[in-house]
Amino acid sequence: MSPLLQINNLTTVIHSAAALAWPVDGLTLHIMKGETFALLGESGCGKSMTALSVMRLLPEVGEIASGSVCLHGEDLLLLPETAMRGIRGRRISMIFQEPMLSLNPVMTVAEQIGEVLQRHFSLRGAAAQKRILEILNQVGIPDAARRMSEYPFQFSGGMKQRIMIAMALAGEPELLIADEPTTALDVTIQAQVLGLMREVQQRNGMSILLITHDLAIAAETAHRVGIMYAGEIVETASRDEFFRGPAHPYSKKLLASLPRRERRRQGLPLSAIQGNVPLLSREFVGCRFADRCDHAWELCHEVAPEWITVTDGHRVRCHLFDKDMPAVIREGGFKGTKPESGTQDSGSWLKPDSQIRPAVAATETPDSCLLSVKDLKVYFPIYKGLMRSVAGYVKAVDGVSLSIQQGKTLALVGESGCGKTTVGKSILQLIPPTAGSVRYNGLELVGLERKRLREMRAQFQLIFQDPYASLNPRMRIVEIIEEGINSLNAGDDREENTAARQSGTASAERLDALLKSVGLPPEAKWRYPHEFSGGQRQRIAIARALAVHPKLIVCDEPTSALDVSVQAQILNLLKQLQDSLGLAYLFITHNISVVEYLADEVAVMYLGRIVEYGSVDEVLNNPRHPYTQALLSAVPVIELESRRHIIHLHGDLPSPANPPPGCHFHPRCPHVMPICRKTYPATSTFSSTHSARCYLYPPEQEQEQGQKQGQKQGQKQEPESTSTGVG
Amino acid sequence: MLNYIIRRILYAIPILIGVNLITFTLFFVVNTPDDMARMQLGIKRVTPDAIAKWKQERGYDKPLMFNGSEKGIAKFTRTIFFEKSAAMFAFHFGQADDGRDIGREIKTRMMPSLAIALPVFVLGLGVYIVAALIMVFFRATYVDFVGVVLCVALMSISSLFYIIGGQFLISKLWHLVPISGYGEGLNATKFLVLPVIVGVISAAGSNTRWYRTIFLEEMGKDYVRTARAKGLPESIVLFRHVLNNAMIPILTGAVVVIPLLFLGSLLAESFFGIPGLGSYTIDAINSQDFAVVRAMVFLGSLLYIFGLILTDISYTLVDPRIRLQ
Repeated sequence: MSPLLQINNLTTVIHSAAALAWPVDGLTLHIMKGETFALLGESGCGKSMTALSVMRLLPEVGEIASGSVCLHGEDLLLLPETAMRGIRGRRISMIFQEPMLSLNPVMTVAEQIGEVLQRHFSLRGAAAQKRILEILNQVGIPDAARRMSEYPFQFSGGMKQRIMIAMALAGEPELLIADEPTTALDVTIQAQVLGLMREVQQRNGMSILLITHDLAIAAETAHRVGIMYAGEIVETASRDEFFRGPAHPYSKKLLASLPRRERRRQGLPLSAIQGNVPLLSREFVGCRFADRCDHAWELCHEVAPEWITVTDGHRVRCHLFDKDMPAVIREGGFKGTKPESGTQDSGSWLKPDSQIRPAVAATETPDSCLLSVKDLKVYFPIYKGLMRSVAGYVKAVDGVSLSIQQGKTLALVGESGCGKTTVGKSILQLIPPTAGSVRYNGLELVGLERKRLREMRAQFQLIFQDPYASLNPRMRIVEIIEEGINSLNAGDDREENTAARQSGTASAERLDALLKSVGLPPEAKWRYPHEFSGGQRQRIAIARALAVHPKLIVCDEPTSALDVSVQAQILNLLKQLQDSLGLAYLFITHNISVVEYLADEVAVMYLGRIVEYGSVDEVLNNPRHPYTQALLSAVPVIELESRRHIIHLHGDLPSPANPPPGCHFHPRCPHVMPICRKTYPATSTFSSTHSARCYLYPPEQEQEQGQKQGQKQGQKQEPESTSTGVG
Repeated sequence: MLNYIIRRILYAIPILIGVNLITFTLFFVVNTPDDMARMQLGIKRVTPDAIAKWKQERGYDKPLMFNGSEKGIAKFTRTIFFEKSAAMFAFHFGQADDGRDIGREIKTRMMPSLAIALPVFVLGLGVYIVAALIMVFFRATYVDFVGVVLCVALMSISSLFYIIGGQFLISKLWHLVPISGYGEGLNATKFLVLPVIVGVISAAGSNTRWYRTIFLEEMGKDYVRTARAKGLPESIVLFRHVLNNAMIPILTGAVVVIPLLFLGSLLAESFFGIPGLGSYTIDAINSQDFAVVRAMVFLGSLLYIFGLILTDISYTLVDPRIRLQ
């Protein structure tokens, strides 16, 4: 059978002011009818450019230099532009990463889908309306007849992506190109959208070119995968074959860099891939991955490897598999391998003579409670009417209690809009809490005098999500870091610090040590943020936070803007810093796998409240709350054998301005009971650390156990306990 | 929506009082009532008695802001500021120093101002948008390049040059239209052609370039790529998708100046001898006629606030995402 899409030797050039770049360089792949092909790789390796080349929709600076893209044997690159327009949206459709930005904001949904029908089927008027309604129903838009005349902004993110899919389906395409279709969505919504794509594919028999950086999504949806690195595909295989035994060293490393709990149990750092994806403007000699490869030997730097067939349908571009190579070299390559390079790349900086003094004295009791938050509430008023009186409140955070021990990590997990970032900011008093108490080392922060609070700020710092936006682009690294030291006087060593500022050398030494501790060379301090990659910038952000010797760091999605391999570097760094400096983290994230690797305790948040709280093992192995169960089941995993059962949640996260009465989760809950619609459930306790708020579990249990716990805690002299803290 | 408009109108009152206060203060910091009297009476005939008489006739013999010799609320009402300001909110602007009624003057002078400003506005908007669209359609070609160079050149030249150059070329050399002046009814047309053309050209550079930037920014948005991915031809992408979205900043930027068109242009009216509100204001400033200056500033701020409210309303018309509350 001939393939539906055959890309041969595709090369794409980007003309930029500085130099030429080749984001796609000699790429060859094929997609069969009805098949999902996942193109995997990190950001900047040319995946999206490949898709845009197929569509011939490259940005104006881009140009296809050579190669062919054949759809049913017809070369699309030779078609005149007018004929190509007949293919776009009709035989090949595309959906994009950001559904929020990909729809025209001033046109109704029906108009935008109608455009496709009019363009390709000359369908107008009532016939078009009927067809639009049909497609919208097909992609699961509830109440489609009414909603089709609404504008995109009236839909949630997941619904917008459904509309994008509807628009793509309107042309009844043979091939759907999906460029990171779920990256901007929450996990539960991601599960819905991926499920929809599978369903549509089975019904229409179309092929899908799925572009993703997420190995687990590929494992769940693809039939075949191709790993892309620096503009070329380095390995292709069937899904089973690939995840059973990836061949290329890069593929192996990608898989190994996924955070997993087993690695933490064994005390191993994640195996990060050293360095970054190379710039595509450079000329490559030899294997493109050689610089980052543990197995590379001279040949790899000199000769680019050819395609080698490992087994039928599994092909790889790596000299390790070359049968002609003398066995000595092949084995030598393997022998030279260090078992874990991840330990290598950042382990050396933490020596006993490190300039960074541990912030925690070893004598302090390990389980003393550093931060305890009780019944924290943050309400934002809604103004209405002529005189703008307060008509109601958005209860962004509605009674959250938690506690973090010295040197421990609490992960706050939840979907976007559940209020987790607001919790972090109001703990640091960056947003004044409406009610509740935040005690840091026994000192109440809420309502603390401004001057005292400013002094206290050295103790707790924040790392933001987007390292591209959180560093001032007009300041050098040295200024960014010193600004914090100078304004907060670096906590306890005020005298030393003033002396240092006078001499200048001592502070410079300290800065160098600090940069070294986050894995950056001291020379980095003279440069500006734009000269660094995303991972390096996040290292700078960490150095900035560490500069004032904090004991608590609130990490607000610190790795969600980063690639998997870089994410592993940052997670390793955070873990090592915690071990050596005794830092406590409040880790705000939506990524469950990060939680598994880093957290000691987990709090799951839904619409302003914590619904489940417990140790990592308890919550992840034995989730009790239906929301936690659904959240965990929606996370894509790499599993060869059984396709796991996904608990599909219906609908979206409701608005916190108008939360459902009773248990906030009840409209989406698969176990909903009449009582859930009336009042919010009380806390049910399962162990001294594990608790949830759900009517499925008897609250009486709580009282009995609560008493027992109280006695136990009395003996242990814990000021706050996590279980009672949930209330 | 209605609530919003009522609230905005209520907000306008303190703003207008504030504007009034600032104009008042600024005017009387550089100018005392005595100076005004001296200016009006002429240098030669000035005697202290004449000044006192002039001030008394026109109500400038009271203290500026606070009258200590009165009792109660009259301490504030029997002052120049209050007496001259309060009536303004009822659109009673009083008399100019030459004795004419300012309100009547504004009514008659409004039409000539509008006769220039409105055609300049409508014609200009059309010309700039079309020029910008052409440059965007031919982006990254010589058409675009030459257009941008032309825009920068037009921007770099002072508008005085266009006025004087236009008068010299079209009126003096070619004798196509009169150099300056104004007529009644249709007779005015021949006087208006040159000021309108000059008005459109002198603002062409900056506006065309700005609109081009807006269009290009929209072209780079993701939804444009989506539209292309549907297989739509470039002209539909440009006119249906890009234009609709780009019109949001363009229209709302334009709406704010619509009410101000009544006030005319200070520069063009003076140069072309048009008896509009612009030349009226300039003349009043020159003769230190406080009553006229204040009336014009008051009217200006009132119309500007009105323009801002119109802008907000026009947002709701062109952008479905915006609801006023």
